[in-house]
Amino acid sequence: MRNRAAYPLTLGRIVAWTLLAVLIFITLFPLWIVIKTAVTHPKELFQQASLLFPSDPTLLNFRRVLGLVSLEENLAVGGVANINFLTAMRNSVLFTLTIVVSQTFFSAMAAYAFARLRFPGRDGIFFLFLAATMIPGAVLFIPNFILIKNLGWLNTFQGMVAPFVLMTPFAVFFLRQFFLAVPKELEEAAHLDGATPFYIFWRIVLPISKTPLVTLAILTTINTWNEFFWPWIVSKDNNMQVLTVALKVFQSQTPQGSPDWTGLMAATFLAIIPVFILLVVLGRQVVESLQFSGLK
Amino acid sequence: MQRPRRLPPALRQFFSREALTGWLFILPAFVGFVLFYLLPSIRAFSISFTDWNLLRPPRPVGLENYQALVADPNFWHALKVTGLYVLFNIPLQTVLALLLAVLMDRLVRSIFVRAVIILPYLLSNVVVAMIFLWLLHPILGYVNVFLSSLGLERQPFFGSPDQALATVAGVNIWRHMGFTALLFYAGLQSIPRSLYEAAAIDGAGEWRMFWRITLPLLRPVTVFVLVTSVIGSFQIFDTVAVATGGGPTYATRVIVWYIYENAFQFFKMGYASAMSMVLFLILVVFTLLQMRLFRAGHSDLA
Repeated sequence: MRNRAAYPLTLGRIVAWTLLAVLIFITLFPLWIVIKTAVTHPKELFQQASLLFPSDPTLLNFRRVLGLVSLEENLAVGGVANINFLTAMRNSVLFTLTIVVSQTFFSAMAAYAFARLRFPGRDGIFFLFLAATMIPGAVLFIPNFILIKNLGWLNTFQGMVAPFVLMTPFAVFFLRQFFLAVPKELEEAAHLDGATPFYIFWRIVLPISKTPLVTLAILTTINTWNEFFWPWIVSKDNNMQVLTVALKVFQSQTPQGSPDWTGLMAATFLAIIPVFILLVVLGRQVVESLQFSGLK
Repeated sequence: MQRPRRLPPALRQFFSREALTGWLFILPAFVGFVLFYLLPSIRAFSISFTDWNLLRPPRPVGLENYQALVADPNFWHALKVTGLYVLFNIPLQTVLALLLAVLMDRLVRSIFVRAVIILPYLLSNVVVAMIFLWLLHPILGYVNVFLSSLGLERQPFFGSPDQALATVAGVNIWRHMGFTALLFYAGLQSIPRSLYEAAAIDGAGEWRMFWRITLPLLRPVTVFVLVTSVIGSFQIFDTVAVATGGGPTYATRVIVWYIYENAFQFFKMGYASAMSMVLFLILVVFTLLQMRLFRAGHSDLA
C-alpha cells in the first residue's frame, strides 16, 4: 500500500492537486449557477448576472414553477403561463417506478431461464437478444411510434412505458451473467424437496442476487428518469408529460424577447433533486453500478 | 408429471415440463422483444423501401429512398456534421477523463470525489442542455459576463454557426467526462502496484511510468471507452433537440436529428427509415471493430 507521507509536497504534486481541483470546479460550477439563478428574483436577473452569490435569495421561482402563485402574479414578473411541474414530477416518478420494477422483474425471469432452464431454442433466442443490443434507437423509434399510434396509445401512460416495461436486451444479458454463477446445488436441493421453478427463482435465486439486481435497478432508474425522446414523441399532452419533456416545452414556450430564465433554472433544479438524493443516499452503490456497467 | 408419452422423442423434448417452464419464464420478455425490437427492426427495414407519410398506405418504391439518400446533399452534410461532432467530442473527452482518472488514482481515492465527478452523468441531456443554454447565454450567461469582465469579447456559442457544434460537443464532454474517468479509474485499479514499485526502484519518474506502464496496460479499457463513446456520439440527439434544433443554419443538423426531421416533421417515414438503416450499418462497423480491437487488446493484460 502506498503511504501518503512518503510523498513530499513537490511541485508536481501541487500541479496535480491544482488540476484536480480545476476539473472538480468545472464539474460543479454550472450546477452552482443553476441554484444561484433559481433563487434570484426574476426582476433582478439582469443586475445579478455578474454576481456569484445571490444578494437577496427568494423562493418565488420555485413557487411559480410548482403552480403555487396566481397567473397574474406570475405574468407580472415575466413568467409565461402557469406551468405545474408537480404534475410532471409525479409523471416522472410513476414512469420510472413502473419501468424499473417491471423491467427488472421480467428481465430477471428471462435471464434465469436463459441461464438455468433447458428448452429447445433457448440459445438461439438468447443470441437474438444479444444481437439486439446493437440496434440503434433511431432504427426502432419510427416503427415503434407507428405501432403505438395504431394501438391508439399516443398520449397515454401505457404508450409511454410500453417499449420498456417487459425487457431490455441489456438487462437480460446483464442478469444472465450473474445467474450463471449462482451455485447449482442450492437449486437442486430445493428441487428435490419438490419446490417449483418459480419458488426457486423467487425465494432462492432472487434473494442471493441482490447486488446485481440493485445495480441494474440503479442503472435503469437513471436511464428512465432521464429518458427524453420516447416520452417526447408519444406524449404531447400537458398532463402526460414527464419532467424532461415538460422542461423542453417550458423552454420553447418562452418568448424570444424575455426568457423566463429564473423559472427555467428553478425547474431545472427541481429535475436535479431526485438524482442528487439518489447519489447522496446510495452514493457508493451508484458509483459502483456505473463503474460496473461500463466494464462488464 | 404430465409428459405426453405418445409423441416421438424430438417432439417430446418440446413439450417437456422443463421446456414449458422455460418458455413461460421468458414469455413476458420475449413478447417485449418481439413487439419492440424484433418486429420493429424488420419493419424499419421494409419501410425503408416504401414511400409513406402515415396518411395514405405505404407505396413500395424499391431502392428509391436509398438512391435519393446518396443524391441528397443534406444527408451528406448531416454525416459530415456528425463526423465533425465525433472528432470534437472524443479526443478531448478521452484525454480529460484519463487525466482525471490518473489524478484521482494518485491523489484521492475517496468515493466522495468519484460521486462528485459523475454527478453530471446522472443528469438528463435535457437538463444539461438547459443549464448550458443559460450559462452560455450571449448577454446574461455567466461565462460571457466573465469574459467581458476580463475585457474579452462575448461569444455567441450555441447562436453561431461556427461555434454551435463545438459547443454541443463541449456540453457533452462536461456530462460524460466524469463517467469516462470512472471507467479509466476502474482500469487503473487493476494494474498491479508492484509494477510501479519496481519501476520506482529503477528510478523511473511519474511521467515515464505513465507512458510505459499505465497507458499500455489500460489499452483494453481505452479501446472500450473509445468505441462505445464513438457509437454513442454518432447517435447524439437530445442536446441538439433542446439547445439548437439543428441550427443555426444547419450547423448542428446531425444524422439522428435529420432522421427525426424527416420522420416527424416532413412525415417521410420511408426516407427516414432508409437513413436509420445507413446509421445502423455505420455502427455495426464500429462494433465489429471493437470486437477485433478488444481481442487484440486483451493479450496485454494476460
